[in-house]
Amino acid sequence: MHWGWEVLRAIVGTVIIFSGVAVIAAMFGVLLERKISAWMQSRLGPKHVGPQGLLQTVADTIKLLQKENIVPSRADRLIFASAVVIVPLAALLDYVVIPFGTTRWGPLIFRDLNIGVLYFAATSSLVVIGILMAGWGSNNKYALLGGLRSAAQLVTYEVPIGVVLVTVALMAGSLSTVTIVNGQAGAHHLWYVLQQPVAFVIFLIAATAEVNRVPFDLVEAESELVAGYFSEYSGMRFALFQLGEYGEMFAMAAMAVTLFLGGWLGFSFLPAVLWFVIKLYAVIFVFMWVRWTYPRFRIDQMLNFSWKVLIPVSVLNLVVTAFFVIVR
Amino acid sequence: MLGLTHYLVVAALLFALGLFAVVTRRNSVTILMGVELMLNAANINLVAFNKYAAPAAMQGQVFALIVITLAACEAAVGLALVLAAYRTLETVYVDEINIMKW
Amino acid sequence: MTGEAIVFYLLAAVTLGSGVMVVTSSNIVHAAAALVPAFLGVTGLYILLNAEFVAGIQVLIYAGAITVLILFAIMLTEGGTGLGTRQRNEQAAVGTAVAAAMAALLIAVAVRTGWAPPPAGAVLPSYTPGAIGQSFLRQNILVFEGTSIVLLVSLMGAILIARRED
Repeated sequence: MHWGWEVLRAIVGTVIIFSGVAVIAAMFGVLLERKISAWMQSRLGPKHVGPQGLLQTVADTIKLLQKENIVPSRADRLIFASAVVIVPLAALLDYVVIPFGTTRWGPLIFRDLNIGVLYFAATSSLVVIGILMAGWGSNNKYALLGGLRSAAQLVTYEVPIGVVLVTVALMAGSLSTVTIVNGQAGAHHLWYVLQQPVAFVIFLIAATAEVNRVPFDLVEAESELVAGYFSEYSGMRFALFQLGEYGEMFAMAAMAVTLFLGGWLGFSFLPAVLWFVIKLYAVIFVFMWVRWTYPRFRIDQMLNFSWKVLIPVSVLNLVVTAFFVIVR
Repeated sequence: MLGLTHYLVVAALLFALGLFAVVTRRNSVTILMGVELMLNAANINLVAFNKYAAPAAMQGQVFALIVITLAACEAAVGLALVLAAYRTLETVYVDEINIMKW
Repeated sequence: MTGEAIVFYLLAAVTLGSGVMVVTSSNIVHAAAALVPAFLGVTGLYILLNAEFVAGIQVLIYAGAITVLILFAIMLTEGGTGLGTRQRNEQAAVGTAVAAAMAALLIAVAVRTGWAPPPAGAVLPSYTPGAIGQSFLRQNILVFEGTSIVLLVSLMGAILIARRED
């Protein structure tokens, strides 16, 4: 095939992924968060804009688009601007290896890399650079502190995610996401959540910490550090940071569905893509439920928890899994 | 038509850039950045030779992985040394770290 | 010009351009930020060389961890505030000459040697992660175990050296 077709496919795929994530993850996700939090707090959420408040995020985005783009006077302009590009880019790159379903011609995935979960871990680790640059480029003590703390937290919680990804890949025999989903299919295979419950819990906890959500959101809580590393960003740049954060959350939830909950597998009365979407929103609901239930940890409690609890437990889980995979 | 020589030339230029950083710069963290560039150049060489000269084995890629791991170790220890030196000597510039007698 | 050649020249330009910015920028945070496109360019070169596993590890470790480590070291030492001081020492002329001579020597050797083409009929094995893992546990097990010991020792060493003495 001529390489021009590959470039065209890449461009079309990029546009679809970007608009899909921007609409479904960022816009709909923010609205879902407000509605779910309202339901849990016995109040109504946004109701006025559009039917049942569905166009609220559209209104918010239009508001953000027309705000002035303020750059602090002594900030490093190059670094201030490039941080805005890196964080959403890393979040959007995660979607390349997630299989959304299956069609007549094969799995509905942008590119089934044979290093699938390694690629996912690698692009999740690119977010840290964007956060450090945002914290530094703002020329603001609190932003710098928030950026350093957030970078330390993200780097710490990448290790349990990596070990859990290796554990699931060990059970499936491959790093490719499609092979992992197919390893949960069939009459004699269970979903990995039933075979590896500890790994599932560790993945959910570490994923919550990776996207800076409560109970791990000390670095961007309003009462702590104003908005942490993105305090000085306004207008569309703030919207892009939110896109990056919600996009990363949806990518982590999609990976949890792929690795543990069987991806697109399900009874055949619904199409495969719909099963994937149902499971994805179930995991998103769990993330949001946890957010509005728990208080937040201090930074030293957060880091201690990862180093002293999550990493030993996940490594022990990996050793036990390896033992059973070899013995069976 | 790409050949082995193209990759070797790119690796040679990257190595020369890293060498320039190590010899010329004053800040010790920049010197460590130059060392990382040199290690990357060596890795490109290893993987290029793996593809073009000995494709049946995968020794080149295995060695490239080992070099990446050792580069990470060396960067960690090197930057720990820089932090410890900064705490004691209050400077990171290598031409000011001169506590020998002559 | 095949697609592969276009991508190669693009990646080489990105890598070498950001490499130049790393070694000549007078703002050290700009230099550290320019390391990221350099490493990502090298990742692209690995993918062109059919080394996808090495490319994934390169992004994960170099662009994801070593760059963060360097940025932390810059922000915890005075590198960020001393932006006005000169960054190049007095050996600039000698350094340029040495680097240029080294580059010329390596390029001359690379271009003039007649590299033997790979044996005809050799089919490229698929460099899957499984095959690399097998080779780590069969032929290369010694270097694998040695590297894990080096990792343990450097982890302990880095913690001990950088610890605050109280």
